[in-house]
Amino acid sequence: MIVGTKIPRKEGLQKVTGAARYVDDIVFPDMLHGVTVRSTAPRGKIKAIHFAPSIRWNEFTVITAKDIPGKNYVALITYDQPFLADTVINHPEEPVVLLAHHDKHVLEEARRAVTIEVEALPPVLTIEESLAKTQIVWGQDNSPHENIFKEYTVVKGDVAAAFARQDVSLFEAEYATGAQEQLYIENNGMIATYSAQDGVTVWGSMQCPYYVHKGLLPLFALGDDKVRVIQTETGGGFGGKEEYPTLLAGHAALLAMKAGKPVKMIYDRQEDMAATTKRHPSKTRVKSAVTKDGDLVGLDIDFVIDGGAYNTLSPVVLSRGTIHSAGPYHTPNVRVHSRAVATNSPPHGAFRGFGAPQSIFALERHLDEVARKMALDPVALRKRNFIRQGETTATSQTIREPVDLAAVLDKALAAADYDAKKKRFLAMNPSSVVKRGIGFATFMHGAGFTGSGEKTLASVVGVEALANGHVRVLAASTEIGQGTNTVFAQIVSDTLALPYDMIDVAQPDTRDVPNSGPTVASRTCMVVGKLVQSAAIGLEQTLVNAGDYKHGAGADAFAAACAKYIAKHGSLKCYSQYQQPANVEWDDKKYQGDAYATYAWAAYVAEVSVDMATYEIRCDDFVAAQEIGRVVHPVLAEGQIEGGVAQGIGYAIYEKVVWKEGRMANGQMTNYIMPTSADAPPIRVLFDEQPSPHGPFGAKGIGELPMDGPAPAILNAIAMALDVSPRAIPFLPEDLMALVKK
Amino acid sequence: MRANVSKYELVTPASLADALKLCAGGHKPFAGGTDLMVLFESGKLPPGRYVSLWGLSELRGITADDAHITLGALTTYSDVRVNAVIAKEHPNLCAAAKETGALAIQNRGTLGGNIANASPAADSPPALLVAGAEIELRSLAGTRWVAYDGFHTGYKQTLMQAGELITRVRIPRASDRVSYYRKVGTRKAQAISKVCVAASAKVKAGVLSDLRIALGSVGPVPLRCKHTEAVLVTRVIDAQAIKEARDAVQKDIAPIDDIRSTREYRLTVAQNLVAELALRFVAS
Amino acid sequence: MIDVKCRLNGKEHTLRGHSMARLLDVIREEAKLTGTKEGCGEGECGACSVLIDGVLVDSCLVPLAQVQGAEITTIEGVAHSKHQKLQQAFIEHGGAQCGICTPGMIIASAALIDRCQGRVPNTAEVREALAGNLCRCTGYMKIIDAVQAAAKP
Repeated sequence: MIVGTKIPRKEGLQKVTGAARYVDDIVFPDMLHGVTVRSTAPRGKIKAIHFAPSIRWNEFTVITAKDIPGKNYVALITYDQPFLADTVINHPEEPVVLLAHHDKHVLEEARRAVTIEVEALPPVLTIEESLAKTQIVWGQDNSPHENIFKEYTVVKGDVAAAFARQDVSLFEAEYATGAQEQLYIENNGMIATYSAQDGVTVWGSMQCPYYVHKGLLPLFALGDDKVRVIQTETGGGFGGKEEYPTLLAGHAALLAMKAGKPVKMIYDRQEDMAATTKRHPSKTRVKSAVTKDGDLVGLDIDFVIDGGAYNTLSPVVLSRGTIHSAGPYHTPNVRVHSRAVATNSPPHGAFRGFGAPQSIFALERHLDEVARKMALDPVALRKRNFIRQGETTATSQTIREPVDLAAVLDKALAAADYDAKKKRFLAMNPSSVVKRGIGFATFMHGAGFTGSGEKTLASVVGVEALANGHVRVLAASTEIGQGTNTVFAQIVSDTLALPYDMIDVAQPDTRDVPNSGPTVASRTCMVVGKLVQSAAIGLEQTLVNAGDYKHGAGADAFAAACAKYIAKHGSLKCYSQYQQPANVEWDDKKYQGDAYATYAWAAYVAEVSVDMATYEIRCDDFVAAQEIGRVVHPVLAEGQIEGGVAQGIGYAIYEKVVWKEGRMANGQMTNYIMPTSADAPPIRVLFDEQPSPHGPFGAKGIGELPMDGPAPAILNAIAMALDVSPRAIPFLPEDLMALVKK
Repeated sequence: MRANVSKYELVTPASLADALKLCAGGHKPFAGGTDLMVLFESGKLPPGRYVSLWGLSELRGITADDAHITLGALTTYSDVRVNAVIAKEHPNLCAAAKETGALAIQNRGTLGGNIANASPAADSPPALLVAGAEIELRSLAGTRWVAYDGFHTGYKQTLMQAGELITRVRIPRASDRVSYYRKVGTRKAQAISKVCVAASAKVKAGVLSDLRIALGSVGPVPLRCKHTEAVLVTRVIDAQAIKEARDAVQKDIAPIDDIRSTREYRLTVAQNLVAELALRFVAS
Repeated sequence: MIDVKCRLNGKEHTLRGHSMARLLDVIREEAKLTGTKEGCGEGECGACSVLIDGVLVDSCLVPLAQVQGAEITTIEGVAHSKHQKLQQAFIEHGGAQCGICTPGMIIASAALIDRCQGRVPNTAEVREALAGNLCRCTGYMKIIDAVQAAAKP
């Protein structure tokens, strides 16, 4: 078995030698460079565009909305976001003009020589202003839904009755989370070419080639076969290259079409940080009803996220955040009301966790506060309410697979030496300038698309055998660092009993690979991996049916059978398409049912120290324990968890987007602080394996999971150390000072 | 990259004398590049002619005589970090060097460049102020030594005149002093300070004398806290002294709100750290 | 435009460009060595790390005029050096995920291993030595493992 072993990463050698080719490493002959001229006001009407006479504009390719050959919208869930603003400005980074020139240095001067004259309108910049409808900035129709992209209500049991019970204590508090920048180290970039014969071709850094493909078709009014999208080696995504690349690909292709030459557009860090998507800021009001023994009998949650100026993926982010807001608890009475609202900042978008880190932060902080107020042990409170096999989630989904979150929590607490440390810190803190704390969070994360999402996607994966017996996986699922290439190769290798080295993964290219869906939602290994496995089985079956091969006959026999088959039929490919398992049911209207085919379950423990002279907070130690089904590749899996935990630590205590008039004011790596190697703590990763029937060899999704737990665990540790109730992240030294000085 | 590179010229002189001639002709000095290249890339460095000092061996080296330790203007943070004499007599300066950026920055960033760049948030100026540093300025017209205290005359303003170069920095030899350095910058490396404190003093029987406290990031220039120093010397450091010192800090500094922090945080932390250093000094 | 003579990955080279051109751009565009990456353009992320005369620098902060006569080592030069072991260790220990910080990370690691002269650096030393090289994928654990493994004689 290769599954379960730490076989070397498929593209590892190229990456460590510098040979891997990212989009900025690719140069085409006679290529131009492109830049974007953006609005400067958060909201308004475009009155005029001025081109300063100091520039010889006839040397430049210039594009405005008027040059768009097809439809001026980014085709996603709705069609509200334009590729280029034409008359209306809805956020301060709105693209208005595109410029291309062969000399990128001249181009920067030209960019500065374009002035967008805007008649400013009053903007909406916060969730509160949007809900108060101080201005209607989206969906003006005199309905209650103005400024609201999406709204959900989830109801289980009878919350009002639970809150009216005589034997419960009621708690209520509001929690907030800030925007977070994905901060992949490779900025967004695209190269586009155009010819009348081949149409539009783009190469670039992306997670979802078929999102880009779908977005470019209406922009150019071209047929499916005249738009081709190729993913180049991608230097990190974390959601930040899920929907945004469509916009950039469109821009590069518009310039390429008009110039008749290849055009490369690479954002610099400042533009990437300011103009592209970030994690949705949120506000969550949690009300709970708890018996004196600690039974969580009612949860009433109001969850609001700031979607920015356009709808983009906010409904889906809101959905995941909504479903995860009630946590891994079997609370009998739950009501969740949630809304995604419009503001005049650049659209917020996909980021690892996708709404769940926001609402989980609120609940896990809240439960610690409940435990403190009721003088209950926070561990006992959680354990009492954990969902067990056969019990139901907030959407009334019955958990059918075995689950033992209490065991996961015990494992984490033991590894962190939680009890002893807590005791020691409580004893030492009163006499120390540096206060120490230890805290934890327990949570679950659904793998794959929410609800009927996978059914709607109906993803397809192909597997192709070559005459030498090598097998190529054909999928649009991208390698963005998480290990797609390696995991797919492991799955095929074990499924076909062939050596790992005989398995390759094709470069995602919409001309050559089927649409296996986007590389998001912790779905690649579990959902797409299962399709890879089934396509591989189908391929082998074809050879077996031809009478030329028996499973396990070995690489040589396989190669001979392939050669024979291909000589006769020309090629050997097999495809597999997603089928919703019979027992997975979802009601999209009531928001009830099997929200996800399966869940990963986790308990994270954080240890912190707080210097009361400077209010500096450090995370000193971190334990991440989780049950993730079968671990396909221990090193890659640990890497996913460790990386996610580090991002979560940043989310909790370092990474703050400073907003000024809807625009990011600290869009430099100097001023937006992510943890360095000197700041990140030792992270210990523990796995429980409870193989799931929904993934290949029992695997579940893990990519997003580690983002959920660090923030509440760390803030719970701070709360313990200082006996305070921090309710907002990022929680910076300035915030801590304000809290303790009060 | 937001600059048009063709509008800049970086000239490499063969000697310090050549560099001074170029400066007299209007070339602007360019040392390790760790500040100017950042400005350049963001399109904020004025186009024009610059003179590269990096290759000038006259501006390198650390020497010590009976009175002074003298550092060439091109001394890098990495050079400072490993210098045994500085480590022994002015540990603040080594601590500042160690906390500047990260290794790659320390390998290129220079003391002279850091001083000339005149950022109020720079890490070494508070340590230099406490050390009693003097700056050697040279031009074709001649050489002059100026006290570092008072060198920065306003935000990004210095005593340097057109055509002048910082060529050397010297600090007095020191012994029997206690010292304190602390940079507060959210993360441990690659941070721009929100507050930066350096201090040193003589301690005898729990009483401080010749106390020097300097702060960065709390005003338009790195500054000595002379009111605070006056409050804390030649007395018992008790709760009343600490209270008075905290009040004095408020007189000495003028912090502001910016994208990195707030006025209130900077003031409070400056006060806390002054209290911390005074108590540590008398306890030592 | 100036011509700068230097040694690049052990070979004599003449690099042509503007005197103020970033060494990063000259390496990538003139010498066509694209293993050195740009992450931030302000000396924060370390993706553009190279060695100049064995000393770790951010190549985005070094103007071409300042490398006259220098010995420059990029990631492409590591494959043929004693630090090849580092590259292997990064693969084995999972030190490379998306790979974009990896060349810079390996260069900074090579500089550390050189400074240690045969001694295995402790975790705190590795953390400090790599603090100018940001990685968003790994949380640094596997990178530290790789560096310590490669440092073993």
